[in-house]
Amino acid sequence: MKPSRSVMFRMLVGLILGVSSWCPWAADSRQWTSLEKDGIHDQENPALQVMQPPADALRLLPPDSAGNQVNWVKALRDGYIKPRTNLYETTEVRVLDSNILMKRTAELPYVLFPHRAHTEWLDCSNCHEKLFRSKTGSTPMNMFAILQGEYCGQCHGAVAFPLTECTRCHSVPRNSAGASQPVSK
Amino acid sequence: MKKKMKLHRLVDRTDLKLLVWMTFALVSGAFVTVDVTRAEYGDVVINNYSDDVGMRPVIFPHWFHRVRFRCKVCHADLGFQLKAGGNDINMVKIIEGQYCGACHNGEIAWSVEHCNLCHSATPGTPTQVHESTLQKLVAPSDARKASGK
Ligand code: HEC
Ligand code: HEC
Ligand code: HEC
Ligand code: HEC
Ligand code: HEC
Ligand code: HEC
Repeated sequence: MKPSRSVMFRMLVGLILGVSSWCPWAADSRQWTSLEKDGIHDQENPALQVMQPPADALRLLPPDSAGNQVNWVKALRDGYIKPRTNLYETTEVRVLDSNILMKRTAELPYVLFPHRAHTEWLDCSNCHEKLFRSKTGSTPMNMFAILQGEYCGQCHGAVAFPLTECTRCHSVPRNSAGASQPVSK
Repeated sequence: MKKKMKLHRLVDRTDLKLLVWMTFALVSGAFVTVDVTRAEYGDVVINNYSDDVGMRPVIFPHWFHRVRFRCKVCHADLGFQLKAGGNDINMVKIIEGQYCGACHNGEIAWSVEHCNLCHSATPGTPTQVHESTLQKLVAPSDARKASGK
Protein backbone atom coordinates (compact mmCIF):
# COMPACT_ATOMS: atom_id res chain seq x y z
CA MET A 1 0.00 0.00 0.00
CA LYS A 2 1.45 3.35 -1.04
CA PRO A 3 0.60 5.62 1.90
CA SER A 4 1.90 3.23 4.52
CA ARG A 5 5.11 2.67 2.64
CA SER A 6 5.79 6.40 2.44
CA VAL A 7 5.00 6.80 6.12
CA MET A 8 7.48 4.02 6.92
CA PHE A 9 10.06 5.70 4.72
CA ARG A 10 9.60 9.01 6.46
CA MET A 11 9.85 7.37 9.86
CA LEU A 12 13.05 5.65 8.83
CA VAL A 13 14.60 8.90 7.56
CA GLY A 14 13.50 10.62 10.75
CA LEU A 15 15.00 7.87 12.87
CA ILE A 16 18.34 7.97 11.07
CA LEU A 17 18.53 11.77 11.19
CA GLY A 18 17.45 11.86 14.81
CA VAL A 19 19.89 9.26 16.01
CA SER A 20 22.81 10.58 14.02
CA SER A 21 22.32 14.20 15.08
CA TRP A 22 22.06 13.92 18.86
CA CYS A 23 23.05 10.40 19.79
CA PRO A 24 24.98 11.23 23.00
CA TRP A 25 27.33 8.26 22.90
CA ALA A 26 28.44 8.79 19.30
CA ALA A 27 32.02 10.08 19.03
CA ASP A 28 32.51 13.48 17.38
CA SER A 29 33.14 12.50 13.77
CA ARG A 30 33.86 16.01 12.52
CA GLN A 31 37.11 16.53 10.66
CA TRP A 32 38.84 19.71 9.58
CA THR A 33 41.65 19.97 7.07
CA SER A 34 44.98 21.03 8.54
CA LEU A 35 46.52 24.28 7.31
CA GLU A 36 49.33 22.25 5.69
CA LYS A 37 46.85 20.37 3.51
CA ASP A 38 44.15 22.93 2.81
CA GLY A 39 45.43 23.85 -0.64
CA ILE A 40 45.77 27.59 -0.03
CA HIS A 41 48.50 28.00 2.61
CA ASP A 42 52.09 28.18 1.37
CA GLN A 43 54.09 25.22 2.73
CA GLU A 44 57.28 27.29 2.63
CA ASN A 45 55.93 29.87 5.07
CA PRO A 46 57.84 29.54 8.38
CA ALA A 47 54.88 31.12 10.22
CA LEU A 48 52.61 28.20 9.33
CA GLN A 49 53.74 26.43 12.52
CA VAL A 50 52.50 29.13 14.85
CA MET A 51 49.03 29.48 13.31
CA GLN A 52 46.07 27.78 14.90
CA PRO A 53 44.67 24.70 13.08
CA PRO A 54 40.85 25.02 12.66
CA ALA A 55 40.25 21.73 14.49
CA ASP A 56 41.84 23.05 17.70
CA ALA A 57 39.24 25.76 18.09
CA LEU A 58 36.21 24.40 16.24
CA ARG A 59 35.97 20.96 17.83
CA LEU A 60 35.19 22.62 21.17
CA LEU A 61 32.06 24.25 19.72
CA PRO A 62 28.55 22.71 19.27
CA PRO A 63 28.38 20.60 16.11
CA ASP A 64 26.63 21.19 12.81
CA SER A 65 26.75 19.21 9.59
CA ALA A 66 27.99 21.76 7.07
CA GLY A 67 30.14 24.86 6.61
CA ASN A 68 32.53 25.16 9.55
CA GLN A 69 30.64 22.21 11.12
CA VAL A 70 29.80 24.51 14.01
CA ASN A 71 26.34 25.66 15.07
CA TRP A 72 27.32 29.30 15.49
CA VAL A 73 23.90 30.41 16.75
CA LYS A 74 24.09 27.90 19.59
CA ALA A 75 27.77 28.62 20.26
CA LEU A 76 26.88 32.27 20.86
CA ARG A 77 23.63 31.75 22.82
CA ASP A 78 25.00 29.08 25.12
CA GLY A 79 28.12 31.10 25.88
CA TYR A 80 30.71 28.85 24.24
CA ILE A 81 32.09 32.00 22.65
CA LYS A 82 31.82 35.65 23.64
CA PRO A 83 32.70 37.63 20.54
CA ARG A 84 32.95 41.38 21.01
CA THR A 85 30.03 43.50 19.75
CA ASN A 86 31.98 46.72 19.21
CA LEU A 87 35.44 48.27 19.32
CA TYR A 88 34.32 51.82 19.98
CA GLU A 89 32.30 52.89 23.02
CA THR A 90 30.06 55.13 20.93
CA THR A 91 28.80 52.34 18.67
CA GLU A 92 25.12 51.61 19.17
CA VAL A 93 24.63 47.81 19.41
CA ARG A 94 21.25 47.10 17.81
CA VAL A 95 19.29 43.85 18.21
CA LEU A 96 15.78 43.17 16.88
CA ASP A 97 13.58 40.24 17.93
CA SER A 98 11.06 39.60 15.18
CA ASN A 99 10.45 36.77 12.74
CA ILE A 100 9.38 37.08 9.13
CA LEU A 101 7.60 34.29 7.29
CA MET A 102 8.38 34.15 3.57
CA LYS A 103 5.84 32.32 1.48
CA ARG A 104 7.08 32.45 -2.12
CA THR A 105 8.65 29.02 -1.88
CA ALA A 106 6.83 27.03 -4.61
CA GLU A 107 5.92 23.68 -3.03
CA LEU A 108 8.60 23.78 -0.36
CA PRO A 109 8.09 24.61 3.31
CA TYR A 110 7.94 28.36 4.00
CA VAL A 111 11.10 30.24 4.96
CA LEU A 112 11.33 31.65 8.48
CA PHE A 113 13.74 34.57 8.76
CA PRO A 114 14.68 35.33 12.39
CA HIS A 115 15.89 38.90 13.02
CA ARG A 116 17.24 37.96 16.44
CA ALA A 117 19.72 35.28 15.33
CA HIS A 118 20.93 37.72 12.69
CA THR A 119 21.17 40.93 14.69
CA GLU A 120 23.10 39.16 17.44
CA TRP A 121 25.86 38.88 14.83
CA LEU A 122 25.11 41.63 12.33
CA ASP A 123 24.12 45.29 12.26
CA CYS A 124 20.95 46.51 10.52
CA SER A 125 23.11 48.33 7.98
CA ASN A 126 24.59 45.04 6.74
CA CYS A 127 21.18 44.18 5.26
CA HIS A 128 19.06 47.35 5.12
CA GLU A 129 18.30 48.99 2.73
CA LYS A 130 20.71 47.67 0.09
CA LEU A 131 20.14 43.91 0.41
CA PHE A 132 16.59 43.94 1.82
CA ARG A 133 13.90 46.61 2.15
CA SER A 134 12.40 47.15 5.62
CA LYS A 135 8.95 46.11 4.50
CA THR A 136 7.78 42.52 4.65
CA GLY A 137 7.38 40.99 1.20
CA SER A 138 8.84 43.93 -0.71
CA THR A 139 12.18 42.37 -1.65
CA PRO A 140 11.94 40.35 -4.88
CA MET A 141 13.93 37.27 -3.83
CA ASN A 142 14.05 33.88 -5.47
CA MET A 143 16.18 30.78 -5.04
CA PHE A 144 18.05 31.24 -8.31
CA ALA A 145 19.33 34.67 -7.30
CA ILE A 146 20.12 33.37 -3.81
CA LEU A 147 22.22 30.55 -5.25
CA GLN A 148 24.07 33.19 -7.31
CA GLY A 149 25.17 34.83 -4.06
CA GLU A 150 22.50 37.53 -3.83
CA TYR A 151 20.09 38.26 -0.96
CA CYS A 152 20.45 35.53 1.71
CA GLY A 153 23.11 33.91 -0.49
CA GLN A 154 25.56 36.73 0.13
CA CYS A 155 26.34 35.29 3.57
CA HIS A 156 24.80 31.80 3.39
CA GLY A 157 27.10 30.18 0.93
CA ALA A 158 30.20 32.11 2.01
CA VAL A 159 30.45 32.55 5.79
CA ALA A 160 27.15 31.59 7.47
CA PHE A 161 25.83 28.00 7.08
CA PRO A 162 25.73 27.08 3.37
CA LEU A 163 22.77 26.91 0.98
CA THR A 164 22.83 23.12 0.84
CA GLU A 165 21.07 23.20 4.23
CA CYS A 166 17.63 23.76 2.67
CA THR A 167 15.59 22.92 5.77
CA ARG A 168 17.36 25.41 8.04
CA CYS A 169 15.64 28.18 6.04
CA HIS A 170 12.67 26.26 4.62
CA SER A 171 11.62 25.29 8.12
CA VAL A 172 7.86 25.93 8.39
CA PRO A 173 5.69 23.15 6.88
CA ARG A 174 2.90 24.58 4.73
CA ASN A 175 0.09 22.96 6.68
CA SER A 176 1.43 23.64 10.18
CA ALA A 177 0.07 26.10 12.76
CA GLY A 178 3.03 28.46 12.25
CA ALA A 179 2.28 28.74 8.53
CA SER A 180 -0.94 30.70 9.01
CA GLN A 181 0.70 33.67 10.72
CA PRO A 182 1.84 36.41 8.33
CA VAL A 183 4.42 37.82 10.75
CA SER A 184 5.02 36.04 14.02
CA LYS A 185 6.91 37.25 17.05
CA MET B 1 -12.56 8.60 2.32
CA LYS B 2 -12.00 9.73 -1.23
CA LYS B 3 -10.92 13.19 0.02
CA LYS B 4 -8.43 11.66 2.40
CA MET B 5 -6.72 9.69 -0.35
CA LYS B 6 -6.34 12.85 -2.42
CA LEU B 7 -4.71 14.69 0.47
CA HIS B 8 -2.30 11.83 0.92
CA ARG B 9 -1.29 11.93 -2.70
CA LEU B 10 -0.73 15.69 -2.52
CA VAL B 11 1.46 15.41 0.55
CA ASP B 12 3.39 12.59 -1.09
CA ARG B 13 4.09 14.64 -4.17
CA THR B 14 5.27 17.63 -2.14
CA ASP B 15 7.55 15.46 -0.05
CA LEU B 16 8.89 13.77 -3.13
CA LYS B 17 9.84 17.07 -4.75
CA LEU B 18 11.52 18.21 -1.57
CA LEU B 19 13.36 14.91 -1.37
CA VAL B 20 14.54 15.14 -4.96
CA TRP B 21 15.85 18.69 -4.41
CA MET B 22 17.56 17.73 -1.19
CA THR B 23 19.11 14.61 -2.65
CA PHE B 24 20.40 16.68 -5.53
CA ALA B 25 21.93 19.18 -3.11
CA LEU B 26 23.46 16.50 -0.91
CA VAL B 27 24.83 14.46 -3.79
CA SER B 28 26.33 17.47 -5.54
CA GLY B 29 27.86 18.56 -2.23
CA ALA B 30 29.39 15.14 -1.62
CA PHE B 31 30.60 14.94 -5.22
CA VAL B 32 32.61 18.12 -4.90
CA THR B 33 34.01 17.59 -1.43
CA VAL B 34 35.17 13.99 -1.86
CA ASP B 35 38.99 13.75 -1.79
CA VAL B 36 39.44 17.43 -2.57
CA THR B 37 41.90 19.38 -0.46
CA ARG B 38 39.66 21.99 1.02
CA ALA B 39 40.27 25.26 2.74
CA GLU B 40 38.18 26.03 5.80
CA TYR B 41 34.73 27.40 4.97
CA GLY B 42 34.83 31.20 4.75
CA ASP B 43 38.61 31.60 4.34
CA VAL B 44 39.13 34.65 2.10
CA VAL B 45 42.24 35.02 -0.06
CA ILE B 46 42.98 38.68 -0.84
CA ASN B 47 45.24 39.21 -3.82
CA ASN B 48 44.57 42.56 -5.48
CA TYR B 49 48.21 43.63 -5.18
CA SER B 50 50.26 40.94 -3.41
CA ASP B 51 51.30 38.82 -6.40
CA ASP B 52 52.26 41.92 -8.37
CA VAL B 53 54.67 43.11 -5.67
CA GLY B 54 56.11 39.66 -4.94
CA MET B 55 54.40 39.16 -1.57
CA ARG B 56 52.40 36.02 -0.78
CA PRO B 57 48.65 36.73 -1.07
CA VAL B 58 46.78 37.32 2.21
CA ILE B 59 44.53 34.75 3.88
CA PHE B 60 41.78 36.09 6.13
CA PRO B 61 40.20 33.28 8.23
CA HIS B 62 36.57 34.08 9.17
CA TRP B 63 36.29 31.13 11.58
CA PHE B 64 39.19 32.43 13.68
CA HIS B 65 37.93 36.01 13.87
CA ARG B 66 34.23 35.27 14.46
CA VAL B 67 35.10 33.41 17.65
CA ARG B 68 36.38 36.77 18.92
CA PHE B 69 34.33 39.41 17.08
CA ARG B 70 30.80 39.64 15.71
CA CYS B 71 30.39 40.37 12.04
CA LYS B 72 29.14 43.88 12.83
CA VAL B 73 32.51 44.92 14.26
CA CYS B 74 34.21 44.53 10.90
CA HIS B 75 31.37 44.89 8.46
CA ALA B 76 29.64 47.87 10.10
CA ASP B 77 32.08 49.67 12.42
CA LEU B 78 35.24 49.14 10.38
CA GLY B 79 33.46 49.33 7.04
CA PHE B 80 34.72 46.12 5.37
CA GLN B 81 32.54 45.58 2.26
CA LEU B 82 30.90 42.12 2.06
CA LYS B 83 32.91 41.15 -0.99
CA ALA B 84 36.17 39.26 -1.37
CA GLY B 85 38.63 41.72 -2.88
CA GLY B 86 36.05 44.49 -2.60
CA ASN B 87 38.13 46.62 -0.25
CA ASP B 88 41.09 48.55 -1.53
CA ILE B 89 43.52 47.52 1.22
CA ASN B 90 47.21 48.39 1.27
CA MET B 91 49.95 48.62 3.90
CA VAL B 92 49.82 52.40 4.26
CA LYS B 93 46.16 52.19 5.26
CA ILE B 94 46.83 49.27 7.61
CA ILE B 95 49.67 51.09 9.38
CA GLU B 96 47.40 54.15 9.68
CA GLY B 97 44.91 51.97 11.54
CA GLN B 98 42.35 51.23 8.84
CA TYR B 99 41.05 47.76 7.87
CA CYS B 100 43.17 45.01 9.47
CA GLY B 101 45.18 47.79 11.11
CA ALA B 102 42.26 48.74 13.38
CA CYS B 103 43.17 45.64 15.43
CA HIS B 104 46.56 44.47 14.23
CA ASN B 105 48.25 47.40 15.93
CA GLY B 106 49.98 45.75 18.88
CA GLU B 107 47.06 46.50 21.19
CA ILE B 108 44.01 44.44 20.22
CA ALA B 109 46.12 41.94 18.24
CA TRP B 110 49.77 41.50 17.25
CA SER B 111 51.06 44.24 15.01
CA VAL B 112 51.98 44.67 11.42
CA GLU B 113 55.59 43.43 11.53
CA HIS B 114 54.41 39.79 11.48
CA CYS B 115 54.12 39.85 7.70
CA ASN B 116 53.99 36.06 7.31
CA LEU B 117 50.92 35.57 9.48
CA CYS B 118 48.78 37.56 7.04
CA HIS B 119 50.75 37.01 3.83
CA SER B 120 50.46 33.23 4.04
CA ALA B 121 48.87 31.96 0.80
CA THR B 122 50.59 30.03 -1.97
CA PRO B 123 51.74 32.57 -4.58
CA GLY B 124 49.29 32.82 -7.47
CA THR B 125 46.17 31.98 -5.43
CA PRO B 126 43.45 34.29 -6.78
CA THR B 127 41.17 36.52 -4.70
CA GLN B 128 38.15 34.52 -3.58
CA VAL B 129 36.15 33.23 -0.64
CA HIS B 130 36.79 29.53 -0.21
CA GLU B 131 34.30 26.65 -0.10
CA SER B 132 31.43 28.96 -1.02
CA THR B 133 28.31 27.57 -2.66
CA LEU B 134 29.06 29.74 -5.66
CA GLN B 135 32.62 28.44 -5.94
CA LYS B 136 31.29 24.89 -5.84
CA LEU B 137 28.64 25.55 -8.46
CA VAL B 138 30.72 27.42 -11.00
CA ALA B 139 34.23 26.07 -10.53
CA PRO B 140 34.19 22.37 -9.64
CA SER B 141 36.94 21.85 -12.21
CA ASP B 142 39.25 24.17 -10.26
CA ALA B 143 38.57 22.21 -7.11
CA ARG B 144 39.53 19.01 -8.88
CA LYS B 145 42.68 20.59 -10.26
CA ALA B 146 43.65 21.58 -6.71
CA SER B 147 43.23 17.99 -5.52
CA GLY B 148 45.48 16.73 -8.29
CA LYS B 149 48.62 18.26 -6.88
C1 HEC C 1 20.59 39.45 7.85
C2 HEC C 1 19.88 40.54 7.28
C3 HEC C 1 19.08 41.48 8.15
C4 HEC C 1 19.52 42.21 9.24
C5 HEC C 1 20.89 42.22 9.88
C6 HEC C 1 18.40 43.02 9.66
N1 HEC C 1 17.31 42.77 8.85
FE1 HEC C 1 15.49 43.70 8.94
N2 HEC C 1 14.81 42.52 7.43
C7 HEC C 1 15.55 41.57 6.76
C8 HEC C 1 14.71 40.90 5.78
C9 HEC C 1 15.14 39.77 4.86
C10 HEC C 1 13.43 41.48 5.89
C11 HEC C 1 12.19 41.14 5.04
C12 HEC C 1 12.25 41.89 3.73
C13 HEC C 1 11.17 41.49 2.80
O1 HEC C 1 10.32 40.68 3.18
O2 HEC C 1 11.18 41.98 1.66
C14 HEC C 1 13.52 42.52 6.93
C15 HEC C 1 12.48 43.33 7.34
C16 HEC C 1 12.57 44.33 8.28
C17 HEC C 1 11.48 45.20 8.66
C18 HEC C 1 10.05 45.15 8.14
C19 HEC C 1 9.32 43.96 8.71
C20 HEC C 1 9.01 44.07 10.17
O3 HEC C 1 9.42 43.17 10.95
O4 HEC C 1 8.37 45.03 10.58
C21 HEC C 1 11.99 46.06 9.61
C22 HEC C 1 11.24 47.17 10.33
C23 HEC C 1 13.38 45.71 9.82
N3 HEC C 1 13.70 44.66 8.99
C24 HEC C 1 14.23 46.34 10.70
C25 HEC C 1 15.50 45.92 11.02
C26 HEC C 1 16.33 46.51 12.08
C27 HEC C 1 15.93 47.69 12.95
C28 HEC C 1 17.51 45.81 12.07
C29 HEC C 1 18.70 45.98 13.02
C30 HEC C 1 18.42 45.87 14.43
C31 HEC C 1 17.42 44.80 11.03
N4 HEC C 1 16.19 44.90 10.43
C32 HEC C 1 18.44 43.92 10.72
C33 HEC C 1 16.89 41.30 6.94
C34 HEC C 1 17.69 41.83 7.92
C1 HEC D 1 19.54 30.98 3.45
C2 HEC D 1 18.19 30.53 3.39
C3 HEC D 1 17.77 29.54 2.30
C4 HEC D 1 18.32 28.31 2.04
C5 HEC D 1 19.49 27.63 2.75
C6 HEC D 1 17.55 27.74 0.97
N1 HEC D 1 16.57 28.61 0.58
FE1 HEC D 1 15.17 28.33 -0.93
N2 HEC D 1 14.40 30.20 -0.60
C7 HEC D 1 14.85 31.07 0.37
C8 HEC D 1 14.10 32.33 0.26
C9 HEC D 1 14.29 33.55 1.13
C10 HEC D 1 13.18 32.15 -0.81
C11 HEC D 1 12.17 33.20 -1.32
C12 HEC D 1 11.01 33.30 -0.37
C13 HEC D 1 10.13 34.48 -0.64
O1 HEC D 1 10.54 35.41 -1.33
O2 HEC D 1 9.00 34.47 -0.11
C14 HEC D 1 13.39 30.79 -1.32
C15 HEC D 1 12.67 30.22 -2.36
C16 HEC D 1 12.83 28.92 -2.82
C17 HEC D 1 12.02 28.29 -3.85
C18 HEC D 1 10.85 28.93 -4.55
C19 HEC D 1 11.02 29.09 -6.01
C20 HEC D 1 12.17 29.97 -6.39
O3 HEC D 1 12.89 29.63 -7.34
O4 HEC D 1 12.44 30.98 -5.73
C21 HEC D 1 12.51 27.02 -4.01
C22 HEC D 1 12.02 25.93 -4.98
C23 HEC D 1 13.63 26.85 -3.09
N3 HEC D 1 13.80 28.02 -2.38
C24 HEC D 1 14.39 25.69 -2.98
C25 HEC D 1 15.47 25.53 -2.13
C26 HEC D 1 16.31 24.34 -2.06
C27 HEC D 1 16.10 23.08 -2.87
C28 HEC D 1 17.27 24.59 -1.12
C29 HEC D 1 18.46 23.69 -0.71
C30 HEC D 1 19.36 23.32 -1.79
C31 HEC D 1 17.04 25.91 -0.59
N4 HEC D 1 15.94 26.46 -1.22
C32 HEC D 1 17.80 26.49 0.40
C33 HEC D 1 15.85 30.85 1.31
C34 HEC D 1 16.66 29.73 1.37
C1 HEC E 1 24.64 39.63 6.08
C2 HEC E 1 24.74 38.19 6.24
C3 HEC E 1 23.46 37.35 6.23
C4 HEC E 1 22.40 37.46 5.37
C5 HEC E 1 22.22 38.41 4.20
C6 HEC E 1 21.46 36.42 5.76
N1 HEC E 1 21.95 35.72 6.83
FE1 HEC E 1 21.00 34.19 7.81
N2 HEC E 1 22.55 34.06 9.13
C7 HEC E 1 23.70 34.82 9.07
C8 HEC E 1 24.57 34.45 10.17
C9 HEC E 1 25.94 35.03 10.45
C10 HEC E 1 23.89 33.45 10.90
C11 HEC E 1 24.41 32.72 12.14
C12 HEC E 1 24.63 31.25 11.85
C13 HEC E 1 25.83 30.92 11.00
O1 HEC E 1 26.74 31.73 10.84
O2 HEC E 1 25.87 29.79 10.45
C14 HEC E 1 22.63 33.22 10.21
C15 HEC E 1 21.68 32.30 10.62
C16 HEC E 1 20.49 32.05 9.95
C17 HEC E 1 19.50 31.08 10.36
C18 HEC E 1 19.61 30.12 11.55
C19 HEC E 1 18.95 30.67 12.77
C20 HEC E 1 18.99 29.70 13.92
O3 HEC E 1 18.31 29.98 14.91
O4 HEC E 1 19.66 28.66 13.83
C21 HEC E 1 18.48 31.12 9.44
C22 HEC E 1 17.21 30.30 9.43
C23 HEC E 1 18.84 32.12 8.46
N3 HEC E 1 20.06 32.67 8.79
C24 HEC E 1 18.07 32.46 7.36
C25 HEC E 1 18.34 33.50 6.48
C26 HEC E 1 17.47 33.91 5.38
C27 HEC E 1 16.16 33.24 5.01
C28 HEC E 1 18.07 34.95 4.79
C29 HEC E 1 17.55 35.77 3.59
C30 HEC E 1 16.24 36.34 3.72
C31 HEC E 1 19.33 35.21 5.47
N4 HEC E 1 19.46 34.31 6.50
C32 HEC E 1 20.23 36.20 5.14
C33 HEC E 1 24.01 35.80 8.15
C34 HEC E 1 23.17 36.24 7.13
C1 HEC F 1 47.27 42.20 9.50
C2 HEC F 1 47.57 41.59 8.26
C3 HEC F 1 48.80 42.07 7.47
C4 HEC F 1 50.07 42.13 7.94
C5 HEC F 1 50.60 41.78 9.31
C6 HEC F 1 50.88 42.59 6.81
N1 HEC F 1 50.08 42.79 5.71
FE1 HEC F 1 50.71 43.45 3.87
N2 HEC F 1 48.77 43.42 3.24
C7 HEC F 1 47.69 42.99 3.96
C8 HEC F 1 46.52 43.04 3.12
C9 HEC F 1 45.11 42.61 3.53
C10 HEC F 1 46.94 43.55 1.88
C11 HEC F 1 46.12 43.71 0.59
C12 HEC F 1 46.43 42.46 -0.23
C13 HEC F 1 46.07 42.51 -1.69
O1 HEC F 1 45.08 43.11 -2.04
O2 HEC F 1 46.81 41.85 -2.46
C14 HEC F 1 48.37 43.77 1.99
C15 HEC F 1 49.15 44.28 0.94
C16 HEC F 1 50.53 44.38 0.99
C17 HEC F 1 51.34 44.90 -0.11
C18 HEC F 1 50.84 45.41 -1.44
C19 HEC F 1 50.10 46.70 -1.28
C20 HEC F 1 50.99 47.83 -0.81
O3 HEC F 1 50.71 48.38 0.26
O4 HEC F 1 51.99 48.13 -1.46
C21 HEC F 1 52.64 44.84 0.32
C22 HEC F 1 53.88 45.23 -0.47
C23 HEC F 1 52.64 44.30 1.67
N3 HEC F 1 51.35 44.06 2.05
C24 HEC F 1 53.76 44.11 2.43
C25 HEC F 1 53.73 43.74 3.77
C26 HEC F 1 54.92 43.61 4.60
C27 HEC F 1 56.35 43.80 4.11
C28 HEC F 1 54.48 43.25 5.84
C29 HEC F 1 55.33 43.05 7.11
C30 HEC F 1 56.15 44.18 7.49
C31 HEC F 1 53.05 43.13 5.79
N4 HEC F 1 52.63 43.43 4.52
C32 HEC F 1 52.26 42.78 6.86
C33 HEC F 1 47.68 42.55 5.27
C34 HEC F 1 48.81 42.48 6.08
C1 HEC G 1 37.73 40.58 11.85
C2 HEC G 1 36.94 41.13 10.81
C3 HEC G 1 35.77 40.34 10.23
C4 HEC G 1 34.75 39.73 10.91
C5 HEC G 1 34.54 39.61 12.41
C6 HEC G 1 33.87 39.18 9.91
N1 HEC G 1 34.35 39.47 8.66
FE1 HEC G 1 33.46 39.01 6.88
N2 HEC G 1 35.06 39.74 5.87
C7 HEC G 1 36.17 40.30 6.46
C8 HEC G 1 37.17 40.55 5.45
C9 HEC G 1 38.55 41.13 5.68
C10 HEC G 1 36.61 40.12 4.21
C11 HEC G 1 37.28 40.17 2.83
C12 HEC G 1 37.18 41.55 2.29
C13 HEC G 1 38.08 41.76 1.10
O1 HEC G 1 38.56 40.79 0.50
O2 HEC G 1 38.32 42.93 0.75
C14 HEC G 1 35.28 39.64 4.52
C15 HEC G 1 34.38 39.18 3.57
C16 HEC G 1 33.10 38.74 3.86
C17 HEC G 1 32.12 38.34 2.87
C18 HEC G 1 32.30 38.34 1.36
C19 HEC G 1 32.60 36.98 0.83
C20 HEC G 1 32.38 36.90 -0.64
O3 HEC G 1 31.50 36.15 -1.04
O4 HEC G 1 33.04 37.60 -1.41
C21 HEC G 1 30.99 37.96 3.56
C22 HEC G 1 29.68 37.46 2.97
C23 HEC G 1 31.29 38.11 4.97
N3 HEC G 1 32.57 38.59 5.12
C24 HEC G 1 30.39 37.82 5.96
C25 HEC G 1 30.71 37.85 7.32
C26 HEC G 1 29.82 37.37 8.36
C27 HEC G 1 28.42 36.79 8.13
C28 HEC G 1 30.47 37.53 9.52
C29 HEC G 1 30.01 37.16 10.92
C30 HEC G 1 29.68 35.78 11.12
C31 HEC G 1 31.76 38.14 9.23
N4 HEC G 1 31.86 38.30 7.88
C32 HEC G 1 32.71 38.49 10.18
C33 HEC G 1 36.33 40.60 7.80
C34 HEC G 1 35.51 40.16 8.82
C1 HEC H 1 38.34 43.41 14.83
C2 HEC H 1 39.74 43.18 15.01
C3 HEC H 1 40.51 42.50 13.89
C4 HEC H 1 40.56 42.85 12.57
C5 HEC H 1 39.85 43.98 11.87
C6 HEC H 1 41.46 41.90 11.94
N1 HEC H 1 41.93 41.01 12.87
FE1 HEC H 1 43.16 39.44 12.51
N2 HEC H 1 43.15 38.96 14.48
C7 HEC H 1 42.51 39.68 15.48
C8 HEC H 1 42.81 39.07 16.77
C9 HEC H 1 42.31 39.55 18.13
C10 HEC H 1 43.66 37.99 16.51
C11 HEC H 1 44.29 37.04 17.56
C12 HEC H 1 45.54 37.68 18.08
C13 HEC H 1 46.23 36.85 19.11
O1 HEC H 1 46.08 35.64 19.12
O2 HEC H 1 46.98 37.46 19.89
C14 HEC H 1 43.86 37.94 15.07
C15 HEC H 1 44.62 36.99 14.43
C16 HEC H 1 44.81 36.95 13.05
C17 HEC H 1 45.54 35.91 12.35
C18 HEC H 1 46.26 34.72 12.99
C19 HEC H 1 45.40 33.49 13.03
C20 HEC H 1 46.12 32.36 13.74
O3 HEC H 1 46.00 31.23 13.24
O4 HEC H 1 46.76 32.59 14.77
C21 HEC H 1 45.55 36.24 11.03
C22 HEC H 1 46.19 35.46 9.89
C23 HEC H 1 44.81 37.47 10.89
N3 HEC H 1 44.37 37.86 12.11
C24 HEC H 1 44.63 38.13 9.69
C25 HEC H 1 43.90 39.30 9.55
C26 HEC H 1 43.76 40.03 8.29
C27 HEC H 1 44.42 39.63 7.00
C28 HEC H 1 42.96 41.09 8.55
C29 HEC H 1 42.48 42.15 7.59
C30 HEC H 1 41.95 41.71 6.33
C31 HEC H 1 42.59 41.02 9.96
N4 HEC H 1 43.19 39.94 10.54
C32 HEC H 1 41.75 41.92 10.58
C33 HEC H 1 41.70 40.77 15.29
C34 HEC H 1 41.41 41.37 14.08
